[in-house]
Amino acid sequence: MSHNGKVKVAILGSGNIGSDLMFKLLRDPGHMELALLAGIEPQSEGLARARSLGIPASHDGIKAILEDPDIRIVFDATSAYAHVRHAKELREAGRIAIDLTPAARGPYVIPPVNLGAHLDEANVNLITCGGQATIPLVYAVSRVAPVAYAEMVSTIASLSAGPGTRQNIDEFTFTTARGLEVIGGARRGKAIIILNPADPPIMMRNTIYVLLESQDVDREAISDSVEEMVTAVQAYVPGYRLKNPPVFEQRDTPDGPRTMVALLLEVTGAGDYLPQYAGNLDIMTASARQVGEVFARRLLEQEAQVGS
Amino acid sequence: MKPPRVTDTTLRDGSHAVRHQFTREQVRNVVTALDKAGVPVLEVTHGDGLSGSSIQYGFSRVNEMDLIEEARSAATNARIAALLLPGIGTRKELKEAVERGIQVVRIATQCTEADISQQHFGMAKEMGLEAVGFLMMAHMRPPEFLAEQALLMERYGADCVYVVDSAGALLPDGAAARVRALRQALKIQVGFHAHNNLGLAIGNTLAAIEAGADQVDGTMRGLGAGAGNAPTELIATTLDKLGLNPGLDVFALLDAAEFVVAPMMPFQPIPDRDSIAIGYAGVYSTFLLHAKRLGQQYGVDPLQILVELGRRKTVAGQEDWILDVTLELAQRQHSTGKEAASA
Repeated sequence: MSHNGKVKVAILGSGNIGSDLMFKLLRDPGHMELALLAGIEPQSEGLARARSLGIPASHDGIKAILEDPDIRIVFDATSAYAHVRHAKELREAGRIAIDLTPAARGPYVIPPVNLGAHLDEANVNLITCGGQATIPLVYAVSRVAPVAYAEMVSTIASLSAGPGTRQNIDEFTFTTARGLEVIGGARRGKAIIILNPADPPIMMRNTIYVLLESQDVDREAISDSVEEMVTAVQAYVPGYRLKNPPVFEQRDTPDGPRTMVALLLEVTGAGDYLPQYAGNLDIMTASARQVGEVFARRLLEQEAQVGS
Repeated sequence: MKPPRVTDTTLRDGSHAVRHQFTREQVRNVVTALDKAGVPVLEVTHGDGLSGSSIQYGFSRVNEMDLIEEARSAATNARIAALLLPGIGTRKELKEAVERGIQVVRIATQCTEADISQQHFGMAKEMGLEAVGFLMMAHMRPPEFLAEQALLMERYGADCVYVVDSAGALLPDGAAARVRALRQALKIQVGFHAHNNLGLAIGNTLAAIEAGADQVDGTMRGLGAGAGNAPTELIATTLDKLGLNPGLDVFALLDAAEFVVAPMMPFQPIPDRDSIAIGYAGVYSTFLLHAKRLGQQYGVDPLQILVELGRRKTVAGQEDWILDVTLELAQRQHSTGKEAASA
C-alpha cells in the first residue's frame, strides 16, 4: 500500500483551501505523498495548477479518489453539504477522511490537544478556523485551572471569508462555541466572528477571554501552560503568536466577581498559496496537514507491525 | 417630504451608556411612556444586539429576553424590535426573541458585509417579522457602494435598509447623499440612524429626512453610545415644527425624557473631548466607555487610543482591539519614558 515509506493521500476540492493544502503537502510532505487533487470543475484553476506542478488532477470528484485503492487518506476541502455524502462513501471504501468542512461527521480534533485519542477513527473534523486557533489556548488554561466560561472573538479580513463562511456564519458560531466546551474544557463557550474590510487586509486576530471557576489563581501555572501550548501549535503553524503575555483582570460577571484571563493572538499565514493575512485559512490547512501526517505515521507503523 | 416613521432605541443603543444594566422596571417605565406618546417602534436588546452579553461587550444585568418580554407586555400600540448582528447573534436567539415578543428585527452588518445576513433575513421573513437592514459604519464607504450592499439586503427580504452612522462621523451632506443613493437604488424604504459625536445627530437626521428617509432613529435624551443619538423628543419637536409630525405627542415625549429617562441616566452623553475624537477618527461609538476604562487602568489617554483605533480601520464589534491598542500604547509610553529618564 505504501512505497518509499510514504502514504498516498488525496485532496478533494480544488478551491482556495484545497490549493493551499496542496502547496503545504508539496513543501513539507512528511510521510505523505500527494497522489491526486480532485475537483468537479473541468475548468478549475486549481486542477490546472496541480497538473502544472506534476500532481495528477481529476474533475471526477470523489469517484477519481475511490478508483485508486492506494489512496489511504483523503482531505475534504469541499463543503459541509458535499462532505455528508463523501463521508459515507469514504468510510465504506475504508479510507480515512480528514474533514475541513463544518460537516462534523466525525469527532472534532485539535492536533496538540486530542488527536492521539482519535487515531482509530475513520473520519475526523477540524471544527472551524477560529476553533483551531483558540481552542488550544482554552485547553491550556483548563488543564491547570478549571474554566467556567470561555469566549473567543475572531476578526478576519473580509477578503479571506469565502461564500461558505458568509452564508453559514451562524454555523461558525455554534460549532466553535461547542468546540470551546467539548475540547477546550470550558463549562460554557461563546464565539463571535467579525469581518474587517480594511485595505490592506488585517492579519487574522483572535481574542480569548476565560473566566476561571476559582478565585484562587496560580497565574504562573496558567502563563506557563499557555506558553507551552503556543510553542506546540507553532510547530505546525509557524505564524501563531501571542501579542502579549496573558492579561489577568477582575471582572463582575452574572455569577459574581471572577478572574478573567485575556489572550491576544495573531495568526500570520505561511503564504504557501493564500496571502499571509489569511491566517484563518492557513491554520486550517496547516492543522489538516498535521493531522494527515500523524495518521500517515500511524498507518506506516501498523503496516510495519503486520509485516514483521 | 412626508412624515418619517420614528423608532426609539433608548432600550438598545442606550444600553451601551448604562453598561447594559437596564432593569425590568426601567424597561416597563420607558415603554409605557413612549407607547403613550405614540412612538410606533421600540427597540429592546443588549447594545450589541441579541447575544451581545459577553466579556467582549459587557454582560447584561438582566437577560435581554426577559427585557423583551417585559417590553411587549407593557406596550399597547408600539411594536417591539430587537437588533441582531450576524457573527454575534444567531437565528437561535432570533427565534427565542420572537417567542418572547418581538415583531420587528433589525439585522446589522458592517456596511461592506451585507452578504452575511442572508440566512437571518430568510428566517425573519419565514417567521413573519418586519425585517430592517442596518448598514453600520456607513461613513467608511461612498454612497454608490452602500446602495449595492443595500440591494443585497433588499434581495434577502428586507423591508427597509438603514444608513447607520455608527461612528457619528458623517456631516449632513454625506448623510443626505447616502440616503439619496439608497432611495434611488431600492424599491423598499430607507432609514437613517445618527450618533451625536460631532454634534450633528439632529442636523444629519433632518438632512436624511429631506433626502427622502422613510424611517429615522432616536433615543430619549440621546441616551446611546458615544455622544449618544438624535434625541427622540427633539426629533418629534423639530418634525412638528416642520409640519411633518408622524403622530407623536411632543409634550408627552418631553415629559418622558425629563421625568422617566433622565433620572435613570448615569451621565448625559454629550460631544465631549473623547466623543468628538470618535466622530473625528471614525470609530465605533461604543468604544467610548471601554477606551475610558482601559485608558484609566493603564494610564493611557483615551483620545490617543481612539485615534489609533481609527487609524487601524477597526469596525463595529472589535472591542477587543481596544485592549490590544491600550497595551501597545502603554508599552510605548513606558519605553519612551525610560529613554527620557536615561537621556
